[in-house]
Amino acid sequence: MSLPDLREGAVAAPEEALWRIRLRLAWRGFRKGWSSFVSNRIGIVGLSIIVLYGLMALAHPILMHTVWDPRIYDPVIGYDAPVTQKLIVPDNEVTDPTTQIDLFSARLQNPLLKVGDTLDVSEQPARPSREHLLGTDPLGRDVLSQLMYSTRAAFILGIVAALVTVGIGTTVGSVSAFFGGIVDTMFMRLADLIILVPFLPILIVLSALFHFELLHLAILIGVLSGFGGTAIILKSQALSVSVKPFIDAARVAGGGRMHLIFRHVIPNVLPLSFLYMMFSVTDAISSEATLSFLGLLNINMSWGIMIYTANSQGYLLSSASYWWLLLPAGMSVTLLAGSFYLVGRAMDEIVNPRLRRR
Amino acid sequence: MLKYVGKRIAQSLIVFLVFLTATYFLLQAQPGDISDQFLSNPKLTPEVRAQYAERLGLTGTPLQQYLHYMQNFATGNLGVSFSEYPRPVWDILKERVPRTVALFLFATLLSFLVGFKSGKVLAWRRGKRGENLITVVGVFFQTVFYPWFALIMIRTFSFNFKLFPGGKFLNVEKWLDKPNTFDANSVFERMLLTAALLGLTLLALEIFTRRMHNRVVGRRIVWGGRILLVGFAVVWWMTVWSVMLPYALDIGDHLILPTITLALIGFGGTMLLTRASMLETLREDYILTARAKGLSSKTIRDHHAARNALLPVTTSLVISLAFLIGGGVITETVFSWPGMGQTLLSAALQEDIPLIIGSFTFIAILALVAHIVVDIAYMYLDPRIRVGD
Repeated sequence: MSLPDLREGAVAAPEEALWRIRLRLAWRGFRKGWSSFVSNRIGIVGLSIIVLYGLMALAHPILMHTVWDPRIYDPVIGYDAPVTQKLIVPDNEVTDPTTQIDLFSARLQNPLLKVGDTLDVSEQPARPSREHLLGTDPLGRDVLSQLMYSTRAAFILGIVAALVTVGIGTTVGSVSAFFGGIVDTMFMRLADLIILVPFLPILIVLSALFHFELLHLAILIGVLSGFGGTAIILKSQALSVSVKPFIDAARVAGGGRMHLIFRHVIPNVLPLSFLYMMFSVTDAISSEATLSFLGLLNINMSWGIMIYTANSQGYLLSSASYWWLLLPAGMSVTLLAGSFYLVGRAMDEIVNPRLRRR
Repeated sequence: MLKYVGKRIAQSLIVFLVFLTATYFLLQAQPGDISDQFLSNPKLTPEVRAQYAERLGLTGTPLQQYLHYMQNFATGNLGVSFSEYPRPVWDILKERVPRTVALFLFATLLSFLVGFKSGKVLAWRRGKRGENLITVVGVFFQTVFYPWFALIMIRTFSFNFKLFPGGKFLNVEKWLDKPNTFDANSVFERMLLTAALLGLTLLALEIFTRRMHNRVVGRRIVWGGRILLVGFAVVWWMTVWSVMLPYALDIGDHLILPTITLALIGFGGTMLLTRASMLETLREDYILTARAKGLSSKTIRDHHAARNALLPVTTSLVISLAFLIGGGVITETVFSWPGMGQTLLSAALQEDIPLIIGSFTFIAILALVAHIVVDIAYMYLDPRIRVGD
């Protein structure tokens, strides 16, 4: 057993423990990346939106346990009948149904009323008030509570989908770049097949055949994009890594295939896969919202479900007077999906040296 | 070049067979079959149900059933739709495929052209104010919650401004006194035919004049040809098909808003990508050479930089095609445009499995054909492939 002695004799043993050096290097790399990330204003905007939504998701259970009465504010089974004061106007002259009521409907409740009086009406959806900052939905549930509750679902969905995508994509990409041959051909043809068929139709067909819940959807999206486009992109990155001299050096030093892939190839592919994680979150959030909007998912509350509820109760095109039914949910999907995308683009400039500004 | 095209088509056929097989076995993996639907009906004895299964080809080993299915598919027998019983699936698809193709084709072309042109100009004016704004706008169009965006478009342009109808394929009131000699589909097919012929001849003209040495004459020929051909099409519709013209205009009116909405979705990605790829091209040495030669900046931009920036954009078109087809499903649903996407969705909601499989397969065929066309276009654009063979 003279080999270890030789190695220790050739290289002066570092005084610090190895993990501390690694940690320091990682920290330095992170600081460098962070400083160039901060210099990109778009990335910071994206990140702050994500943090804002993260805070909302965290605040919801706290609010439910302290301030909000679950019987009223529960996002799924809560109910409240807030009373709004409405002005009585002549028949067929209602311009804003949220603050006005026509004479005919008012007289159904009290035949003595006349035009110009006010009437206290308890109806759904109710306007935003102090109790319900974003009003209530057509079933009398608090919109703000729904919005915050759905944020958590969106995060869970996005992160699970992204982790699955990146796990599969990185492994498949690295393995097929490293081994080549039949393994490569098989995985790449599979990827071709998956990117051939558009995402949404596949999900629609599958959701007709199976009953989907949130986590199933997340894993499915992860698998589809992990074996599909992400695998192709990460494979090309892994290819360029696997011909680098340090791979040969590691091989000469006696590293096995698995050691080479998992210790040398994958760590160098990871920055790029981290980037695709961001795009995968975007995909997952918007697919979930779309599928829920179309009424194909078996979940009880999400941003898509909120819009679906407004749609199925017939408030879709009266969105100017009932803005709180559509705008918060639609805006949230757009903002959160968009901000992950923006962060991804900002990271692209760090990870991809070709795009970096000189 | 022909060899390449042939190889590409053969590959696509294999991919399609694999796809069809996967779809079939996905369906086969479902528990039970259609004869089980009568299980709770006491009037139907097990013998009757066995007869049903036999008549519907549900007996035999899975392999036999698979071969049977493939044989039927090849002969255009896709079964009978449950939700529109007893209409054959093929009959429904035949009616709706052209509508989807039209929507998809116009939206793709529009988004590609507008995205490419604007990306080109934006890269050229790099460093001016509003750069971040452009990125944000591009990203907004790419990641906006699409159904919501489509609703906003309907609300704004059809409800507030009353510019376009808010959905559907045609306005029934206008069609009430239509002569009995034609129907909506034949009018629409004629419109598509006109558009296709016009597009192809214009493309051929463009390619032909590109080869000419005299640029000025070529340009004049292109413009003359454009005016002549469009004028010819207009005259043809005014005279030969004049009976159908008002109805064609009605369908066209319904087509505009969905097309614009779908095109806006695809436009952001193309614009951002063109801009990035242009910025990279502008750093090349030959751009500097062109500047040193004293060429005008428009020539450098359009003829030296943009041509090369086009290649990566075309590659990524493959991905945005899938994006647009997915968006097409939502567009059709929100605008009640009776195409493949809406058919797929309503079939999925009613669990009408033959129709689901049929429309799903045809969406895949659309994607496949679009991929082949993009590949051929790429081959034409990239001289390394064109000349290499």
